[in-house]
Amino acid sequence: MLPRNAESGLTRRHFLQHAAGSAVWAGPASMLAGSLMANAPDLRRRHKAAIVLWMGGGPSTMDIWDLKPGAPTGGPFKQISTSADGIAICEHMPLMAQQMHHMSIVRSMSTREADHMRGRYYLHTGYVPSPSVEHPSYGAVVAHELASQVPELDLPPFVSIGGGSVGPGFLGMAWAPFVVDSNGTLRDLDMGIDPERFGQRLEMLAAIENRFIAERRGGPAEEHAKVVGKTVKLMSSPQLDAFKVAKEPKEVQERYGNSGFGRGCLMARRLVEAGVPFVEVDLGGWDNHADIFPTLSDRKLPELDRAMSALVADLADRGILDDTAIVWMGEFGRTPTINGNGGRDHWARSWSVVVGGAGFKRGVVVGETSSDGKEVVSDPYAAQDLMASVLESLGISLETTFKARNGRPMKIANGGKPIKELFS
Amino acid sequence: MLSRLLRVVAAVAGIAAGGSLLAADKHFGIPAVAFINEQVAAGWADIKLQPAPVATDGEWCRRVHLDVIGRVPTVDELEAFLADPSPNKQARLVDRLLGEDSSEEYASNWTDVWTTLLIGRSGDNDRVNRSGMRQWLRRALARNMPYDQFMQELVTATGVNKAGEPGFNGATNFLAGKLEENGLQATAKTAQIFLGLQVQCTQCHNHPFNTGRQNQFWEFNAFFRQTKALRRFGGTQEIQAVELVDEDFRGEGGNPEQAELYYELRNGLMKVAYPVFIDGTAISASGYLPGVMADGTRFGTHRRRELAGLIAASPLFPRAQVNRLWGHFLGHGFTRPVDDLGDHNPPSHPELLAGLADRFREHSFNTKELVRWIVLSQPYGLSSRASKGNATDDPATGEPPRFSRFYLRQMRAEELYQSLLTATEADAANAKGEKASRPKEQWLAQFIIAFGTDEGDDATTFNGSIPQVLMMFNGDLMKTATAAGEGGFLDRTVQGEQKNAARLQRLYMAALARKPSRPEIAAATRLVEARQGDAVGALQDVWWAVLNSNEFILNH
Repeated sequence: MLPRNAESGLTRRHFLQHAAGSAVWAGPASMLAGSLMANAPDLRRRHKAAIVLWMGGGPSTMDIWDLKPGAPTGGPFKQISTSADGIAICEHMPLMAQQMHHMSIVRSMSTREADHMRGRYYLHTGYVPSPSVEHPSYGAVVAHELASQVPELDLPPFVSIGGGSVGPGFLGMAWAPFVVDSNGTLRDLDMGIDPERFGQRLEMLAAIENRFIAERRGGPAEEHAKVVGKTVKLMSSPQLDAFKVAKEPKEVQERYGNSGFGRGCLMARRLVEAGVPFVEVDLGGWDNHADIFPTLSDRKLPELDRAMSALVADLADRGILDDTAIVWMGEFGRTPTINGNGGRDHWARSWSVVVGGAGFKRGVVVGETSSDGKEVVSDPYAAQDLMASVLESLGISLETTFKARNGRPMKIANGGKPIKELFS
Repeated sequence: MLSRLLRVVAAVAGIAAGGSLLAADKHFGIPAVAFINEQVAAGWADIKLQPAPVATDGEWCRRVHLDVIGRVPTVDELEAFLADPSPNKQARLVDRLLGEDSSEEYASNWTDVWTTLLIGRSGDNDRVNRSGMRQWLRRALARNMPYDQFMQELVTATGVNKAGEPGFNGATNFLAGKLEENGLQATAKTAQIFLGLQVQCTQCHNHPFNTGRQNQFWEFNAFFRQTKALRRFGGTQEIQAVELVDEDFRGEGGNPEQAELYYELRNGLMKVAYPVFIDGTAISASGYLPGVMADGTRFGTHRRRELAGLIAASPLFPRAQVNRLWGHFLGHGFTRPVDDLGDHNPPSHPELLAGLADRFREHSFNTKELVRWIVLSQPYGLSSRASKGNATDDPATGEPPRFSRFYLRQMRAEELYQSLLTATEADAANAKGEKASRPKEQWLAQFIIAFGTDEGDDATTFNGSIPQVLMMFNGDLMKTATAAGEGGFLDRTVQGEQKNAARLQRLYMAALARKPSRPEIAAATRLVEARQGDAVGALQDVWWAVLNSNEFILNH
């Protein structure tokens, strides 16, 4: 078995020299052999990154970030003031209330996709689903644009914790999310044979793989080879340590909370520190068609509050918040009315997201909804505008265009415009 | 003799080497196959595409096994096919794959496909009993139940969802988990699977990208309002099973004679809906189940049975099945996604779709017949290699598919599992029957990601990304497949063949349905040297590489 810790340099070098002999993977393998000289501290050079906190199911943002106390269907929650002047949020988010000077709320999201799968796709890509093209998601776009600033990174540049995120579309499987559970369990890393023999096997594999590619049977053949290359690089990397949340001091783990989402947020911080440019952390369970208020106050909000506030505070304390964008969002909001089961249903017309870090202006509220929460009464913003804002905050040019497989140019973030109030 | 004659015909017609004319000519005396060939070829002529040459016999044999029975062919099966001199050998192989001998494997493969369709990858909880669903599917598919009856039994099912309980009917599992919130999911999934209509977005409002209207959603939903999923408790408070029953629907206005439901428009107004099928056919608004009064007058109606009859009569019903199966075999349906046949999403081959659907209905919804037509057609038999004349035909670019070559796609996780068992000649008895599906389901679970929505949406990481490659590199299943132990596949291969070249060829045939090329033989020879005479060890290395290759995992 191949030791996976940093001391394994010699073994690792040996292994990679063998891997480098395989034509398909000459690129990643030889690059890696060179990077072995780099020490861990050098990996912490400043680089931009983004963390998306994905609230699967569609959270009721009017019960969290844009309360309507006194409105007939405003719900039972009270507002509390926060560390940001003039911003009040839900009483069940007391820890986040102390961090709001780092974050900004956009209360004027207005979209049209109120179906989970469509909304999920739209918020992740900036495009509505299309029968002819699969669009790349945030993670694929950001990883694609920022991977070159971390050439020494062995880890996948797009990691999704606790959920599947949305795929890389026409950017190809090499930019697919690397999906892990919140315990950071990575299966099947142990090759079970000595690295020299593993390298010999890779040479044999390259002979088959290259032959098939040369027969021009289409994209999937090449994509497979690329992913194999990335896997080889990952398998032997000391950077895998970033997934091991249990290595954090107990008190740090406790600050994030003993929950899947808490461990996911802590892992996100470790991954960003290791150089990963994009991490998504999933917290599901927001599809509250019934009994929404006890569900939120007793379960969802405490878990969210603890983990999210710890993440923001930690990134700020470590000085990496200035380079790391944080986005909190789901696929849509929930109805400003309350249904017969004490729940709220899907609602895309007026809802909120929260952003912070990187180049974002902090501690402000953007936009406004009507007193009953049913309308956005300021300029409305859509998914592509949010995506453009996140890219802008990371210094990624919005003039970037991709070439879809059909050769047609596709504008990054669907040509969305950055939300101007988030930048000063 | 015949082939020589055909070559002459081809030469006269001015067709250079490649043999596509031969393939187009070949329809095995089946009119539906001739129809497919003619329709697809017309699409090539329209935009001057040159179809790929026909696939090699090995490639075709491999793909038809994968697509029909869900695994690669055994070496014996492959060699028998290659050696068959008959010009009808493809038809004969398809007869075998669709016949009695293969019915268990056929049923097992399509049970996997249909389970995912009907209840998702992760559906197994206190409302949905996965093994009950699978048991019903396996029986229905093994006897090739006509597709209209198949749909009808699923849509109208009553009974208990768990095997072993009195009143068991596994078909109830399709709807058992979809009746909450007045049957929103039952409505959406029934329309999607059996009619190819995406109505879930019209639940809340008319949709700009969809021709469906909000009233149609709720009128369709009204058909499910007599149906209830009752929990059956065991000795403890634990839910033992779910029973699907039909009972009188009293209507939201309290008048069962005119049992209506209400839905909300976006502006807050409430509107009323009664059961009306998507084509505008209304049935009785009565919420009573059928009965006879004292004076002999009949009253009431069975809403789900009415619905099943309307679905079966709809032209969309056979089209949805044709499109799904075409997508299964050719890699792309006539529409994308395959289950969206709405007017906003025109098909790439409308006449072919409609014509095949008509023939499918005329043949009493015989699914195996439909499978036979598709796999014996010319487009299914083409090579996956691109050439100058067809490089532009690539649906991955967003262009409509023209089927001028076979599009690569990855095996499903289930296909990989079965193929590894087959290729390593694992004990055949272990690989069959519903009992064998338990370890398989456990293995599959590692790839499932649930989205945690009420719809039970899920996805798989068995999608060509890093976790999949890691599993193929180092996973337990692969460790077993490449084990060197005595009596295992590799050991038997070494015992069975004296020469390394013959051993190597056997591995290649088992996994890739071809012989090794010269550079591959050279690479394998280097491994033999590296292992210093450990023949099993060297084969282990080769076998690992073969199974990890793009060529193995991609159906080509």
